[in-house]
Amino acid sequence: MNQKPSLGKRLLAAPHLVWSALFIIAPLIMVVYYAFTDGNGSFTLSNITAIPDYADTFVLSIWLGLLATVISLIIAYPLAYFISQSKLPVQQTMIMLVMLPMWMNFLLRTYSWMTILEDNGIINTILTSVGLSSLRLINTRGAVVLGMVYDFLPYMILPIYSVMVKLDHSLIEACQDLGGNKWDVFSKVILPNSISGIVSGITMVFVPSVSTFYISQKLGGTSTQLIGDVIERQFMTANNYHLGAALSLVLMVLILVCMAIMNHFSDGEIETGRISA
Amino acid sequence: MKAKKNTLLKIYSALIFLFLYAPIAVLIIFSFNESSSTAQLTGFSLTWYEELFRDAATLSALKNTLVLAVLSSLIAGLLGTISAVGIDSIRSKRMRRLTKSVTNIPLMNPDIVTGISMMLLFVFAGRLLGRSGVLGFPTMLIAHITFCLPYVILSVLPKLQQLDPNLAQAAQDLGCTPFQAFIKVVLPAILPGVVTGIMMAFTLSLDDFVVSYFVSGPASQTLPIRIFSMTKKRVTPDMYALSTLLFLAILLLLILINFAQSRNEKKAKRS
Repeated sequence: MNQKPSLGKRLLAAPHLVWSALFIIAPLIMVVYYAFTDGNGSFTLSNITAIPDYADTFVLSIWLGLLATVISLIIAYPLAYFISQSKLPVQQTMIMLVMLPMWMNFLLRTYSWMTILEDNGIINTILTSVGLSSLRLINTRGAVVLGMVYDFLPYMILPIYSVMVKLDHSLIEACQDLGGNKWDVFSKVILPNSISGIVSGITMVFVPSVSTFYISQKLGGTSTQLIGDVIERQFMTANNYHLGAALSLVLMVLILVCMAIMNHFSDGEIETGRISA
Repeated sequence: MKAKKNTLLKIYSALIFLFLYAPIAVLIIFSFNESSSTAQLTGFSLTWYEELFRDAATLSALKNTLVLAVLSSLIAGLLGTISAVGIDSIRSKRMRRLTKSVTNIPLMNPDIVTGISMMLLFVFAGRLLGRSGVLGFPTMLIAHITFCLPYVILSVLPKLQQLDPNLAQAAQDLGCTPFQAFIKVVLPAILPGVVTGIMMAFTLSLDDFVVSYFVSGPASQTLPIRIFSMTKKRVTPDMYALSTLLFLAILLLLILINFAQSRNEKKAKRS
């Protein structure tokens, strides 16, 4: 018997709807409003037409974000597989070890890399003490990507692990019984079945990497300005909320487009995976 | 062959864990350093810990952070549970999809966009009301509840969907009011989801920097904001002492949770 829920019960959704309208939808409307107005509140396109000046910054942010995402995926995938294949107590301990750094403040973790990479930091102190010349590590793009990979790696490992641990072993055996070699097992069973974990891992690393400002400030110096730095400056020091809102709007749209492209491809993958498996 | 492959994977995992923990080890080691150098060890001392506990601003930021995390996770837990029950009872498919996508917006949006969009709203509302300096603890609380809500809703909803709707109906047929039926039948069944949601909300709130940074006022610093302003200058190792203490607290908490879980599992097996 599927009775229509009472009006009272349906009214319970109301607080959430009101809250969402006030604090999720209205803020986004504010972003659009500020992006298309000037200091006097009158309509203008000048904030939007200023965006092309920041095209290089957008491209650099997306490029470094992509790089960090791909490196994280390459590092995380084998580890997630290894963890999912371990004995249960080992699994629990390793997952705890992956989660532990996540709970530590990421500002401090990033700052620690600064002291490691600095010109007279730990690595260079060791290098010079054994008679080698010191390296320029801090304030490079490489350092920024390293910081992104370091800060967000657990967000890639955990979702991939959680789908792999659910993988049905009889599927692997079935593949082997049907004459599949190791590559077949990987490409036809393990990979297609872990796509959903990969997709959420990519989202969880890419979005914070593209929009970061702390990592680039600490590890990239003045040479590596990301879009997050530009937006942060508009709001906290330059006090140009209108340009900042326009930049955020473009950032939001760009990220949505990237996600849509990825979801499109991943849907295709899942489909072919189903057919061949 | 198999053993060799396993050894390789073991070495590989060890290297990744080394990568994950090296910076944390550096923080801990240098928190005991005698001088303020962060490259050379000169000797063991607890100076930086003493310094930390004399630092009133850091201690009050710690208090703010804890109060904010407790309040926002509890309010988000209550509001989220009520909302999940409401969303679960929406029958129209289009309405359901719409509600879910709105709920997911804070999950999809970069933190910086969530932060600045709320800041703009608060500043705008402040201007309408003719008040300046609206940013402070209340705005931070609203922002934290907002980004915590989806996590509570998403962990309660699946539990509600697993629940047999006839159970609450049966309770009502036996004379319960709808509210009593909820407390006696529905709530115990969804409680694990509620607890998970509140715990996630608590840790998210505790750790948040980006959103708080944009919606906090000068008088309402949280620990992450305090750390941010301290790392702007050349920091002294008392920040390292702070991170060491935080690390130990979290480690202890995780071990306790793990211990409680395994004891529960054993209990479940025995009975």
